[in-house]
Parts: sequence; C-alpha cells; structure tokens
Amino acid sequence: MDLFKVSFWKYLGILLILYTILAGFLIPVPDLPIIHESIRNLFFHVCMWFGMIFMFGTSMVYSIKYLSGFNEKHDIVASEASKTGIMFGILGLVTGMTWAKNTWGAYWVNDPLLNGAAVTMLVYSAYMVLRNSLDEEHKRAKVSAVYNIFAFVILILFLFILPKMADASLHPGKGKDATMTVKELDNTMRLVFYPAVVGWIILGFWFLNLRVRMKVLENHINSLSGN
Amino acid sequence: MTLLHEIKHLVIKDIRLELKQKYAINGILLYIVSTIFLCSLAFERIVMPVTWNALFWVILLFAAVNAVSKSFIQESQGRQLYYYSLASAHAIILAKMIYNILMMIVLSVLFFGVFILFLGNYIENQALFFTTMLLGGIGFAALFTMVSAIASRTNNNFALMAVLGFPIILPLLVLLIKVSKSALLDSGWSGALPSLAALSGLNIIIIVLSGLLFPYLWRD
Repeated sequence: MDLFKVSFWKYLGILLILYTILAGFLIPVPDLPIIHESIRNLFFHVCMWFGMIFMFGTSMVYSIKYLSGFNEKHDIVASEASKTGIMFGILGLVTGMTWAKNTWGAYWVNDPLLNGAAVTMLVYSAYMVLRNSLDEEHKRAKVSAVYNIFAFVILILFLFILPKMADASLHPGKGKDATMTVKELDNTMRLVFYPAVVGWIILGFWFLNLRVRMKVLENHINSLSGN
Repeated sequence: MTLLHEIKHLVIKDIRLELKQKYAINGILLYIVSTIFLCSLAFERIVMPVTWNALFWVILLFAAVNAVSKSFIQESQGRQLYYYSLASAHAIILAKMIYNILMMIVLSVLFFGVFILFLGNYIENQALFFTTMLLGGIGFAALFTMVSAIASRTNNNFALMAVLGFPIILPLLVLLIKVSKSALLDSGWSGALPSLAALSGLNIIIIVLSGLLFPYLWRD
C-alpha cells in the first residue's frame, strides 16, 4: 500500500506531463512562417519560465516567513526553491537557445526577454555565492533572506515592466507593437499549453518537496555525526 | 521627530568624518579623472554618441561602487555597535543613504564636467541628461548602500559587493541608458517622461525596501 502514500497532486503532475509530451508532439499545429513545426517547443520552453518564476516566488515567500519567525525549515525551503528555480532557468535557456538558433539564426540575440533571463540567472547565482560565503547558519539564513527579498522585488520590476516599455521584441506577444499575443494562440494549442504549464509547475513543487526532505535529513545526519 | 533628529546627526557625523579624512572624495575623484583620461587616450576621438553614453555610465557605475562600498566597512565593529545603541536601525540606514546620495550628487556633477572636458559634449537635451544623471546617482547610492550593508556581514565584502550589486543594478542601468540615449539623440522631453517616472519609482522602491529590510541585517 506504499503506492498510495504518494499524494494525488503528484499523480496529476505525472498525467499532465505525459499528456504534454504525447499531445505536444502529436496534435496538428498551425503552419506559421519561419517557426513551422518548432512551435511545439512552446509547450516546453515557455513552461520552464513559468516554473522558474513560481520557484523563485516560493523562495521569496519563504524568505519573508523566515524573517518573521526565524524558523530554520523556512530557510531550507527558500534556498532549495531557488536551486530548483535555477534548474528551470537553465532548461529554459537551453530550450530557448536551440529554438533561437533554428528560427532567428543565432543562439543569443539582444532582446528584452533574453536580458531578463540573463539577469535572473545572475541574481540567483549571486544569492548562492552569498550563501556559500557565510559559515554561521543563523547569520547565513538572515542575510541571504534579506538579499533574496530585495533582489526578487527589483527582478520582478525588470521582468514584467521593462519588456512592456521596450520598443520591440523578437518574442511574439511582447513589446509595444506586438503582432501576435497569447490571446491569438491557436485553440488546439491552448488545449495542451495550459495543462502543460500546470504540469511543469507541479513537477517543480515535487522536486522542491524532495530536495527539502533530503536537506532536512542531511542536516539531521550532520548533527548526529557532529556529537 | 526623534528619527529625523537621529538621521540629521548621523549625516552630519558622516560629513564631518569625510571632511576630516578627505579620503573618499579625493580618492574617487582621482579614480574618475584618471579613468576618463585613460579613455580619452585610448579612444583618441569618440565618434559615436552611443559609445560616449556607454562609457559615461560604465565609469560612473564603477565610481559609485568604489565610493559607496566603504559605507559599513570604514568604521570598526565596536563603533558600529555603539551607533546601534544610540540610534534606531531605520535612522542608521536612511542616514547612510542620504549621505551617500549627497556624495553621489557631488561626484556625478564633477564627473560630468571632467567627462565633457576630455571626451566632448554630444548631448542634444542638456537638462534631460542632467536630470537622468542625478536620478542615476541617487539610485546607485541607494542600491549600493543596501548591498554594502549586506556585503559587510560577510568576510570577503569587497568581492561580494560587485557580485551582489551588479545583477540588481542592471534594471536601473538599462533605464538610465535608454533615457540618456534619447537625451543624446533628440531634444524633446515627451518620449522620455514614462522612463523618467519609472526611474523615480524604482529609486523610491529601493529606498523603501532597504528601510524595511535593514533592521534584520544588523541584529545578530
């Protein structure tokens, strides 16, 4: 009966991602110029950024929780959530760069969204460097929580306000004179896109759940061997 | 009332300390002049206004990091503790910010003069460029004050200052370069107004956030 210990939301995640992969490669897609069949990458590339923002958001919420109660568990969640977010960010960059090479002709172009992605990765790498440079646990938790909240707020402004003020973007649906928006997304594609977003986010929280449990056990083992 | 009183005295203390040692301002001025001179030697003649603009902000950014990084490192831990027993955490961070903002305003005005002297003036709309520069100086000062407070809690604070500061200064820098480019290329104000509003908003958010978060930093 061990199987039923897994909560239902994890089954939901497995189902949604299976559906994403199967339907994502099988459904008919509109044949648009330049992108053609590569439009299927939407179900993977765009979802990675959704997953990443949710992870970093979770990380910030737990940093606030840590500062209001100084519970060590909250610090673990904040740090593991940002690690999971970095993983999503790397996957988003890889899927985006291969897509860009095949449609725009280069791995990296100057675009507000790419700048946003690069800054995000830099900010969270800096957060990790900051964590590693502090030895004392209590101090590390507090100082990194302060930086996490400070950086996340500035980052959100950068990611959601600046691209709207930019003159143009290569990404469809962004920039002032956007030609295609999410509202114009093909109806069949929407049937896969929305479940895909939910599926990847659930997978992210599952990763987070496992990572936190591992870290708690690791700390427990360390405290035992320390005595 | 007591908060304002505390801030006033802390700012005066910092200004007196600076006037007595004349270390920061003179050091940074020398840094600015030699960097600009180096650029004028290396570039010989700057042709593109865009290059001029990029150089302007890069040098000002590094000058700001150098000028502000000592905020929480300059004085000994013991003396810091003494200040914390006298004033509230809010007063300490706000006073440091006000002092750094004043210093950055003085520095950027001097910087502007030397830069134009050596590298020429390509600006179409002088008033807009000057406003942008002042807003940029305030933003740099506020953000790096908070980052230096964070970095001062670690052991290798000088290296961390750049690592922690540069990624989060980028939103501000992108806006600054955008507005100043429009000041270089045309003389109108209307196109730059939304960006100027965004810049002021960003500065206010940075100052408010620092005020909210700093009390958690100094308490051990």
